[in-house]
Amino acid sequence: MEEIRWQDLEIGATVSDPGSSREYKTGSWRSLRPVVDKEQCIRCGVCWLFCPDAAIERSVEGHFQADLEYCKGCGICARECPVGCISMEIEEG
Amino acid sequence: MPKERRGIEVSLAVAEAVGQADCDVIAAYPITPQTHIVEHLAEMVADGHLDAEFVPVESEHSAMSVCCGAAAVGARTFTSTSSQGLALMAEIFFIASAMRLPVVMALANRSLSAPLSIWNDHTDTMMVRDGGWIHVFVENGQEAYDHVFWAFRVAEDPAVRLPVAINIDGFILTHMIEPIEFEDDELIKRYIPEYKLENALHPEKPVSMGCFGMPEIYTETQMAREKALVGSYVTCLKAWEEWAALTGRRYHPVETYRAEDAEYCIVTMGSLGETAMVAVDELREQGEKVGAIKIRLWRPFPFEDLYRAAEGKAALIVLDRAISFGGPGGPVALEVRSAMYRRPQAPAVVNYVAGLASRDVRVEDFKAIILGGKAKAAAGDTAGFTLYGVRE
Repeated sequence: MEEIRWQDLEIGATVSDPGSSREYKTGSWRSLRPVVDKEQCIRCGVCWLFCPDAAIERSVEGHFQADLEYCKGCGICARECPVGCISMEIEEG
Repeated sequence: MPKERRGIEVSLAVAEAVGQADCDVIAAYPITPQTHIVEHLAEMVADGHLDAEFVPVESEHSAMSVCCGAAAVGARTFTSTSSQGLALMAEIFFIASAMRLPVVMALANRSLSAPLSIWNDHTDTMMVRDGGWIHVFVENGQEAYDHVFWAFRVAEDPAVRLPVAINIDGFILTHMIEPIEFEDDELIKRYIPEYKLENALHPEKPVSMGCFGMPEIYTETQMAREKALVGSYVTCLKAWEEWAALTGRRYHPVETYRAEDAEYCIVTMGSLGETAMVAVDELREQGEKVGAIKIRLWRPFPFEDLYRAAEGKAALIVLDRAISFGGPGGPVALEVRSAMYRRPQAPAVVNYVAGLASRDVRVEDFKAIILGGKAKAAAGDTAGFTLYGVRE
């Protein structure tokens, strides 16, 4: 996004391309990332239920994992997980 | 409506102008002293004289929200407010300009509480000074009527697309009955052609407005906003010139009265400019080389016009009708001082605050302010401000 200059914006910063929010990655301010221990995960979906950003997706095997392009690292999933299988780890770089 | 001259209350003339402008959506909540404007508009719509949606909202916050929604689909949109109403709509006020929605507002200027006051000064409009709108101040009823058309013309210009606030002194102007020259509908149609909004909300071509903006993009959006407001100056001038060509009534961003050879000038905004001119006449008779400067366009601030008007003056005596509490004075003086700072041979700037909540500022008061300002400037006493007439 850094390359967009003020002159490139639509009037009023209107988004003229519908459905483009998927391309708008919002995870860049995260300082902690949730890491799931799949061995312990009971696939209950509580993390998915509590995620305030709908950033958690279900894998084919039924595990739940955060999409890091949208996850803000708030840690609610780790706190709510009934088996404690999610740990918050510091983002490097 | 044919061209004619009629004695009419200024509020009603403003409402008539909104009707002549063929406004599509009006959303407003009645608040003193703006009430007569929206009451008359509601009447016009109810009587079938104006084919528009009148949305009687439950608060000013909703009024501005409705206006933004209406403007976003390309409807010609009008609202009106005052004081606490403006404070209540402040959140959406800033959004309207950020989203570049050409809403037109008649702002019947009134003091902010507390104490509760329904009377006129400029504290309400100064609260939203930095809201990104175009702000114009009118001096009398004719100017209020004329500037409704001017505001739509400027706001909807594809090169501008910004909301416009027409500042009209509450009661002092809104409730006066004045002779007003009404223009005929055909002329108005030529002046403000049908409004077409590029990228309007439409189901066939969906767009999103007011989206989330990360720190990576916010700065750029604000630069675009600043450039748009500063750039609107050219259109403001053009719209005034076109109006002059059509009606013979000419307006400028900064206007002067007997200022050419003046040594010092009183600077005002709004309706007090007329009293100031009378005071200037009387002081001239006493041999004082005095003139008056009126700032009509408040945003974008007309720096160059002010420089030209102030050139060669020993002092500018700025009369404010609001206080920037805990700061160096009134908002107009602040900006004039800042604009003049380090200009070669810049005039001294002396600041008086007067006329709060419609306390009378008579010709004698103006004379006292001008002469007092002259003395202060000569003594180098130019810091801060003087609250004129306060009992101590």
